Amino acid sequence: MKTEIIAAGFGGQGVLSMGKILAYAGLIDDLEVTWMPSYGPEQRGGTANVTVVISDKPISSPVLDSYDTAVVLNQQSLDKFEPKVKPGGSLIYDPYGIHRLPTRTDINIYPVAAMDAAMELKSAKSYNMIILGALLKINPIVSIESVMTGLKKTLPERHHHLLPANREAISRGMELI
Amino acid sequence: MKEEVKLMKGNEAIAHAAVRYGCDGYFGYPITPQSEVLETLEALMPWETTGMVVLQAESEVASINMVYGGASTGKAVMTSSSSPGISLMQEGMSYIAAGELPALVVNVMRGGPGLGTIQPSQSDYFQATKGGGHGDYHYIVLAPSTVQEMADFVALGFDLAFKYRTPAMLLADGIVGQMMEKVVLPEPRPRRTAEEIARQCPWAVTGNPSDRKPNVLTTLELESDKMEVNNRRLQATYRQIEQNEVRYQEYFTDDAEVVFVAFGSIARICLKAIEDARGQGIKVGLLRPITLWPFPTEEISRLANRVKGMMVVELNAGQMIEDVKLAVEGRVPVYHYGRMGGVIPNPQEVFDATLSHFPFLKK
Repeated sequence: MKTEIIAAGFGGQGVLSMGKILAYAGLIDDLEVTWMPSYGPEQRGGTANVTVVISDKPISSPVLDSYDTAVVLNQQSLDKFEPKVKPGGSLIYDPYGIHRLPTRTDINIYPVAAMDAAMELKSAKSYNMIILGALLKINPIVSIESVMTGLKKTLPERHHHLLPANREAISRGMELI
Repeated sequence: MKEEVKLMKGNEAIAHAAVRYGCDGYFGYPITPQSEVLETLEALMPWETTGMVVLQAESEVASINMVYGGASTGKAVMTSSSSPGISLMQEGMSYIAAGELPALVVNVMRGGPGLGTIQPSQSDYFQATKGGGHGDYHYIVLAPSTVQEMADFVALGFDLAFKYRTPAMLLADGIVGQMMEKVVLPEPRPRRTAEEIARQCPWAVTGNPSDRKPNVLTTLELESDKMEVNNRRLQATYRQIEQNEVRYQEYFTDDAEVVFVAFGSIARICLKAIEDARGQGIKVGLLRPITLWPFPTEEISRLANRVKGMMVVELNAGQMIEDVKLAVEGRVPVYHYGRMGGVIPNPQEVFDATLSHFPFLKK
């Protein structure tokens, strides 16, 4: 089983980190993973995207032309990646700031109001974890336990008190689907 | 999960592998897309564990000359940079090659020419394989295509450099430098002792003990007859390397009608195009040179006897294709598909370009 994902948005929204957490959880689940970032010289405010492949077999290319799942968090990314979702695949987007909606009928489209949910949680930083929760509800590529183990291993110990908040944000994301 | 499997970037893998190899010194200057090599080394603080020196020099020119000095003492020393920085190092590379000194240089290529872009490229193939500095010299060029190879080729590069007393280059690109995947790091080993270095490198300048004549390392020889002797010695080493150290990997070449030739990360994009094509019953394969110098000329020549054509895919305007054509000697058509300036083609684009040159592949 191989899952090919693109996550795209503004720099600072946390798409690269979300991809990294996903890849790390894949590693813990003993799967093959590649994480391939693409961003300009500026990290905040510019557009950034990351391609994550998780597979039970060796992965040839970290660069792809079509995706099983696209997570798009701004209008440019939606415009760019909606046509590149494989038929039958999934498009996840946050309606916040989106004025041209996706139009394809041969893919599954999931609006996830993660920005509103992050405001409710009073935690802008939990935004990408809410998105991750939604993604994993739609396609449980990796287990939530592995995500949490991965977070615990990659976060410095001084940030471990934030783990419950991250878990809550993932749950909130899952509820949005 | 096995504990030793890590998830990291190619650049980070190089830093970890260097410390674990028992590298004595790293001298470098930051430049995108390889700054994580220096950053990771600074975070690892190997000077407190193995005693390895990690130094951010004032420039690339200083870095390569620090490598030149360190290598002269028989130490395992290295630097890393990206294209514009490697250009600045070319004088030093020529001196290190002429001095017959082992050293490891990492080039994580970005788009050029000039200051170019910070995105991935492979446009330094000519510079790396034909000699970017002055004089008749070569060095061993290894082209990693996975994060695992980024780690493994540090040890391989150092071992070959010491075996042949020549610099070795790890020629990577921004894709394999910046991407993360699983890697198993090599077992740590201690740095060599002074006695071990003296045994392995009797030529090294390590002071002037009373029990031997002073060692002198110089690249200057004013008498042409003697300088030609030095050149002949270098050339003899290069012939030996060409005979012993060619490395490559083949995928699906047994029944292929058209074979891709590609190195580094673009080889993986070709492999995906091949997997997709094979799914449609189209017989294509891949030869991935691992050593770019020495080049797998003989194997490409053998393949040319049984395939209908070759497709060279590079992140440049067409550099390695010259070596492929020299190997093929006109027996079958050889076409090129390349993107420049940091643009990365996807598997579909590679496949479409291939079909446009070899329409008989179409089912």
